Amino acid sequence: MFEILQKDSLNPTVTRMVIDAPYVAKKGQPGQFIILRVNENGERIPLTIADADPATGRVTIIYQIVGATTYELDQLNVGDCLQDFVGPLGKPSELEGLKKVAVVGGGVGCAIAYPIAKKLHEMGCEVHSIVGFRNTDLIILEDEFKACSTKYIQMTDDGSNGHKGLVTNALEDLLQAGEQYDEVITIGPLIMMKFVVALTKKYNVKTIVSMNPIMIDGTGMCGGCRLTVGGEMKFACIDGPDFDGFEVDFDEAMKRSRMYFAEERKAYDAACNLYKKEVL
Amino acid sequence: MSDRPVMPVQEPAVRAHNFKEVALGLTEEQAVEEATRCLNCRNKPCVQGCPVGINIPEFLQHLKNRDFKGAYDVIAESSNLPAVCGRVCPQESQCESLCTRRFKQKPIAIGMCERFVADWKNAHDEPAVKPESNGIKVAVIGSGPSGLTAAGDLAKKGYDVTVFEALHEIGGVLVYGIPEFRLPKSIVAKEVEKLGQLGVKIVKDVVIGRSESIDDLFEQGFQAVFVGTGAGLPMFMKIPGENYNGVLSANEFLTRINLMKAYKENNPTPVVHGKKVAVVGGGNVAMDACRSALRLGAEHVYIIYRRSEEELPARREEYEHAVEEGIDFRFLTNPVEIKGDANFNVTGIRCVKMELGEPDASGRRRPIAIEGSEYDIDVDVVIMALGTTPNPLIKNTTPDIEVNRRGGIVVNEGGKTSKEAVYAGGDAVTGAATVIKAMGAGKVAAASIDEYFKNN
Repeated sequence: MFEILQKDSLNPTVTRMVIDAPYVAKKGQPGQFIILRVNENGERIPLTIADADPATGRVTIIYQIVGATTYELDQLNVGDCLQDFVGPLGKPSELEGLKKVAVVGGGVGCAIAYPIAKKLHEMGCEVHSIVGFRNTDLIILEDEFKACSTKYIQMTDDGSNGHKGLVTNALEDLLQAGEQYDEVITIGPLIMMKFVVALTKKYNVKTIVSMNPIMIDGTGMCGGCRLTVGGEMKFACIDGPDFDGFEVDFDEAMKRSRMYFAEERKAYDAACNLYKKEVL
Repeated sequence: MSDRPVMPVQEPAVRAHNFKEVALGLTEEQAVEEATRCLNCRNKPCVQGCPVGINIPEFLQHLKNRDFKGAYDVIAESSNLPAVCGRVCPQESQCESLCTRRFKQKPIAIGMCERFVADWKNAHDEPAVKPESNGIKVAVIGSGPSGLTAAGDLAKKGYDVTVFEALHEIGGVLVYGIPEFRLPKSIVAKEVEKLGQLGVKIVKDVVIGRSESIDDLFEQGFQAVFVGTGAGLPMFMKIPGENYNGVLSANEFLTRINLMKAYKENNPTPVVHGKKVAVVGGGNVAMDACRSALRLGAEHVYIIYRRSEEELPARREEYEHAVEEGIDFRFLTNPVEIKGDANFNVTGIRCVKMELGEPDASGRRRPIAIEGSEYDIDVDVVIMALGTTPNPLIKNTTPDIEVNRRGGIVVNEGGKTSKEAVYAGGDAVTGAATVIKAMGAGKVAAASIDEYFKNN
């Protein structure tokens, strides 16, 4: 069993948890993920490692409540235990040798982008962080990003933080101003990554995307996480989760991500109803 | 003289709608009577056909004399999972195919008798006695049939065995792959419990190759490692439309149903409930997938197999059960394209008819497409049961283990890999094969590991 050591809310729907998981902490690198189960009958869900400390055996995860499992996860508190917590899975992000990188995060994807930005900064790389949220209430990890970024640009869809627009607007401004990046690393909703790639293709800047498709085992067994990359079938759990954004078929990935949408919605409503009833 | 008994089963019309075990097991009278048919041949041809070398005539003699415990002890000398093997072994192509009785009658129902003995033992269980430890730590990676067999054999010899499992349940393919109606989870749990009594330690949720490397295990004091990581990546056909929603690997479909318990009512695991389902392939996994789809409520389920009935690799009993349950077998048929709608959902599968040509490398006649014979079948789910390639995790993270062109770990006849004190067996070596072959490999490796320590 894996004990929850810390829990704090980053915004109304995004929570940070620190879990006691020495096996994962020992080798976890930015870009890798874990799979957890909340309880004995729970589903297995993949979440990216936000931080891993081999010395203390602690692993940080950041999740948004989007479905039944993340809802159930959020009902747990410090001292409670998770049924299963396995990892690190997937390949670590390849950051060696990068000198100047734009890290582009969207929504809860910033939770995944942050450890990469931090690692790059620690390696002496110049980091420009561009983060986007729907509105100012949803902004997460602002101080953390600022601490490891030479430039930090924050966008909101509704302009409630004073910077209305999309991350692609901000990135294009930087590219047009002549910023030269070794790489753009982008993590967020599929639609956002698709448009970031469409932009960077125009400027011919290599772009790495982090894919988070439907997955069961996370070890290369089920084939549920398959994507088309460069015209070939790839498995996100084994071959990724990072891929060359120019090669990824985003339209297909977006359609595949909705495969169990109806069932997921039903399970989410059921979970919410169950807990509401308990509260009453 | 009596002839081979008929296994009592759930009626096809009933069982097609539930996940309870299909075969109900022989009665005591049936089992004892069948054992009396054994000629107790001196040369024991049946034993040659058993990948783990169970002394079959000897256990049948005990069974004949109603010494069920004696019969079990004979089986247990060679097999750590008799209740499993009695259910899932392809006996018709192994032990029973060599039975002397087959010339004039039907062969002895060895598998059914084995199952009877194992089930008797489970009902009259007494804890296994933990052998005295020799203090040598051995790590077993993967808790499928090869790993459990190696672990059991080594524990019986006094080794301090730890099994590492990546998933949250123990049993590998026995729990994620083979469905409840063919192998109840409680049977697997019982066999695993026995290993615990022998002193085997089990660590779940650890992925060797990621959480720990093989070299880490040596640093932690393990002195030998057995790799039984099983089959990995599911194969697809590389035909248009394979990524439509509604196309999935049999691994994914069966894992959702078995490991993630979608077969239980009110379980939250999402699984596709197709109305018309096509399963592509002809092995045991294809049979498990098509019969599971039926049990989830499909109205019509097809098996699409490119060769003929004769070449079908599935166990005979599974094929017969599937036919009885109403599965529509389309032999000599091969998919060429999967059709979908604007919402990316599957609407059908385009197939081509095949004919058999000259024998290929496998010795089977090669299927050849008949030009212009394409036709469409309306389906909303397509399940690919085409086999798997070995899991690349160990290969990718342990460069000093040699692998072959297909990614299988290279071993010698004793199951030894190119890396010192590392052994391997099962699907990780051979690619997709059977439970019993994996058990045989686990057994061979355990014997080699024992020899290695005796010589060092």
